[in-house]
Amino acid sequence: MTRNNTSGSGGNAVEVRGLVKHFGATKALDGVDLDVREGTVLGVLGPNGAGKTTLVRALSTLIRPDAGTARVAGYDVLTQPRQLRRVIGLTGQYASVDEKLSGFENLYMIGRLLDLSRKDARRRAEAMLERFSLTEAAKRPAMQYSGGMRRRLDLAASMIGRPAVLYLDEPTTGLDPRTRNEVWEEVQRMVAEGATVLLTTQYMEEAEQLAQELTVIDRGRVIAGGRVDELKAKVGGRTLVIRPADRGELPRMVGALAQAGLDGVTGATADEAEGTVSVPLLSDEQLTAVIGLLGERGFAVADISTHLPSLDEVFLAVTGQKASAPADRNDTDALQEVAA
Amino acid sequence: MSTATATAGAPAKAATGEGRIGPRANLRHIGALARRNMLQIKQDPESMFDAVLMPVIFILLFTYVFGGSIGGKGNEREYLNYLVPGLMAMMGMNISMAVGTGINDDFKKGVMDRFRTMPIARSSVLVAKIVVEVGRMLIATSILLGMGFALGLTVSTSVLHLLAAVALSMVFGASLMWIFILLGLTMKTPQAVQGIAMIVLMPLQFGSSIFAPTTNMPGWLEAFTEYNPLSNLADAARHLIRGGPVAHSVWMVLAWSVAITAVTAPLAVSRFRRKT
Repeated sequence: MTRNNTSGSGGNAVEVRGLVKHFGATKALDGVDLDVREGTVLGVLGPNGAGKTTLVRALSTLIRPDAGTARVAGYDVLTQPRQLRRVIGLTGQYASVDEKLSGFENLYMIGRLLDLSRKDARRRAEAMLERFSLTEAAKRPAMQYSGGMRRRLDLAASMIGRPAVLYLDEPTTGLDPRTRNEVWEEVQRMVAEGATVLLTTQYMEEAEQLAQELTVIDRGRVIAGGRVDELKAKVGGRTLVIRPADRGELPRMVGALAQAGLDGVTGATADEAEGTVSVPLLSDEQLTAVIGLLGERGFAVADISTHLPSLDEVFLAVTGQKASAPADRNDTDALQEVAA
Repeated sequence: MSTATATAGAPAKAATGEGRIGPRANLRHIGALARRNMLQIKQDPESMFDAVLMPVIFILLFTYVFGGSIGGKGNEREYLNYLVPGLMAMMGMNISMAVGTGINDDFKKGVMDRFRTMPIARSSVLVAKIVVEVGRMLIATSILLGMGFALGLTVSTSVLHLLAAVALSMVFGASLMWIFILLGLTMKTPQAVQGIAMIVLMPLQFGSSIFAPTTNMPGWLEAFTEYNPLSNLADAARHLIRGGPVAHSVWMVLAWSVAITAVTAPLAVSRFRRKT
């Protein structure tokens, strides 16, 4: 995993202070503050309708915030939108490529709109197609692409202008796991090359994979923030779930784990209803140790898996309450769509 | 990779005016976007049906349905000579109507968001659309004239006059497109755009000198046709092709074109800019 936490120039590529955007009575953004350090990935984690997309749209000059300030790469969102557009790239939840145009034509057009010469635009388009493994599909219209190919084309389009700051608005929503991994790899590569990324997501797993810092938002407000490992410590890391072949073994298994004296493996609990034992994990070494122990003691195991905390669990841990009800969120979405 | 490294702490690049888009860059953007619109047509050739088939259908329909009654039975050619210049005016209107529905449809696509986050003049998206639609209009007009010549249309002035008539209808058609772009940006669905457009278009098209001389119309309608720009355009094209006084009608058409563009183009661009 690429984590250049160390690019400690200290400069912030994105600075947001007190950003407010209301759609009618709905406060899509209700005073958001956040910073993204140059060369890092900030994950903005929140449920549907939390204001993530509104935030990205405000930072990419698509909507005007009602109050507050935001600077991106030194440019003010409100007073320097033209300059700002030169240094950003945006990949939204919905692919923003022209479906009727081929992959090549889409990228060539973006290159020309970014003032590349014909030759440079062609070269750059070809290079990006190559990089995103789309060379074979270069001449096919984008409407014939699979969801993953389309998302990759979208990322390629955002990268044509070598943006200093890249916004990725739920880049893997609706993608299958394999395609999701491809997108993650690309994002990690871009960051390794020096891009600053603001990533919105609904998945703790995605934030953990890509981001160094995390801002949790709900109902347009920041409810928690900090380094990913700090938040993880707060929320708890992975949980190992073991299903013994024989339910009767549950108490014996819990006992064995408790007595083993493995560092940290004290919280093993049995779930009688599910017929499973849960063990909170703090490290990969622990995982190995627990599995080794099970083998040593001769337990017959039917199933074994690890789970990351879900968004709901994150919310529960950082706020002590559940994420806002989905009904409220639908209202916000509807309003955002009307405004769109 | 030459990633820009400007930070919030170092706004050195933020010199005033740096974000301005020069005329050459603007032309390049319009060219790239016009290319996009043309590639869309290539991908979806059916979208040319209106430009290709409408002139053929209209000329056949009107010449043979009305030609006999208006020009006299067996004398359809005379009506043809009256009709074709009028249809040139009508083509412009019908093609430009399609711009409104097209823009409306385009807005539902994510690619507009991309354009709006790019360092280009927002008007260039609209201007590119107009450039391509004027091209479509030119194709429709060429087919109309081709059909007309095949059926016996004669130019009693000169080729230059004929070209002037074509150019005039392009200018007027382009100005109409701003109205429909404005409608397309205002209405919620392409269907609504089409509905409104039909209500406005029908009286304008038939309450004009396109299909029949206005002298036999009741006085109030004749007065209306006097100020109907479609009448002006039909008369101008007719006199340019068939001979007759052109100055008044040509000036009227140019005045209408300038007035329509001056009012609706800024409105459309600002509407486009505000649309989120």
